[in-house]
Amino acid sequence: MKGLSELTDFYYKALFPTLEELEENRKALRYRVVIIGLIYSLVAFSLAFFIFDQHINLEMLAFFGFGYVGVGAFIYKFLIKDYTYEFKEKIIRPLITAIDDNLNYSPTLHLPQEHFNRSKLFTSSPDRVNGNDYVHGKIDNIKIQFSDFHAEKRHKDNKGRTSWRTIFRGLFIVSEFNKHFHGSTVVLPDTAQSSFGDFIGNWLQSNNFGRDELVKMDDVEFEKEFVVYSTDQVEARYILTHTLMQKLLNYKKRSKHPVHVSFTSKNIHIAIEYNKDLFEPSVFHSLLKYKIAMEYVSTLHLAIGIVEELKLNQKLWSKL
Amino acid sequence: MSTSLIIVIVLAIILVLMYNSLIAKKNQVENIFGSVDTQLKKRYDLIPNLVASVSKYMEHEKGILEDITKLRADANKPNISDEQKMELDAKMSAALGSIMIAVENYPDLKANENVMHLQHSLNEVEEQISAARRAYNQAVTDYNNAIEQIPTNFMANAMNYRQKEVFEISEGERQNVNVKELFN
Repeated sequence: MKGLSELTDFYYKALFPTLEELEENRKALRYRVVIIGLIYSLVAFSLAFFIFDQHINLEMLAFFGFGYVGVGAFIYKFLIKDYTYEFKEKIIRPLITAIDDNLNYSPTLHLPQEHFNRSKLFTSSPDRVNGNDYVHGKIDNIKIQFSDFHAEKRHKDNKGRTSWRTIFRGLFIVSEFNKHFHGSTVVLPDTAQSSFGDFIGNWLQSNNFGRDELVKMDDVEFEKEFVVYSTDQVEARYILTHTLMQKLLNYKKRSKHPVHVSFTSKNIHIAIEYNKDLFEPSVFHSLLKYKIAMEYVSTLHLAIGIVEELKLNQKLWSKL
Repeated sequence: MSTSLIIVIVLAIILVLMYNSLIAKKNQVENIFGSVDTQLKKRYDLIPNLVASVSKYMEHEKGILEDITKLRADANKPNISDEQKMELDAKMSAALGSIMIAVENYPDLKANENVMHLQHSLNEVEEQISAARRAYNQAVTDYNNAIEQIPTNFMANAMNYRQKEVFEISEGERQNVNVKELFN
């Protein structure tokens, strides 16, 4: 697998002609988006002025506001459709192939929902999922797949209106794990202990209904960052060796976002909470900007890198 | 209802809760010691096979091999205490470690498929033992804390609960077995 600096080189050297071409498209698109946005807003507001001429009612105003944003988003998506397609085919796909050419990429698909459900990472099951940028294949003979993933739950208020609440949004990675295990072990960001202190935090964690038994780990730094629940005290420690705990800590530091990890049904599941749609082309910033480029390059590297970083390719003997 | 009655009831509830939590902690320790024991047995079961396959080659390590056989016989004796088991385990780990290092000096042995397979099985069991030991130590720490901390210490005293020992984990064990190095 290529390193991060090699990939950055690849982005700026091999993809440079394509980037320049896309950059032209982007500028033209940005112009179009701004003009159409202005016209759309003008029309919408004159319409609002006309409707609300006599009586202003708060509920109508809210309804109108939602409509304005909804239709606006739809128009925006429609406008950038071709540009998005081109970006994914000409930038993201070559980047993935450059990292490892055994990987398949489907820009419009997402990870099957069953992976999300069986991961046990989130206690509420989603009513609606979507996502895109599905990558799957084998690295060093280890199966890996990941995609952008957005899981939501439906909520009904007392007036019967439905709203959607996000359970998880970000990068969801599933890979084969190199040890045999039977139960399930879940590693979550430690919010209770860091916000309520050790004593109350610990008490809250051990009385967390809907989760399995609390497992206290013997690595101080790891305990501070994460909380572990498992069906089996011994198995949790068999999976989370001192080495793996250190690696997960490093991985969390590199990702710079909350990381949830679980070990269920022979696989390791990693959910990184970015709270936005990843691998989407930037419209208002140049694709040549280092910061924008790194967002694509390092996120891909982080996702595909788990096999190497967590040494999932070093199989234990019982799994040969 | 009089206030004194309420106080008595609340006190009784607190006592019951304390009692139950101590029992739960003691049972957790015993329960996890059970899994340590299972893994230790698994390792002892591998030993006759290991001794048989390496003793033909190993001239200078006869002493260690005899020790290992003796340790295994001791461990299989009925009615040995948990402390003795822990002590035997520490000695066994050390002895097996020196055998594994000695194997490196015998090219024939290193290439022997049977020995290789045994090494792998031992590594796997060692990992399991290490996990079980860590779980046991955590359970013992929770138990010991409850025995020493206020207010459960009064209850523990009355129940005649005594502190338990933890497994000493050597620095070498804190590192994972590097599988690749075994082949170099």
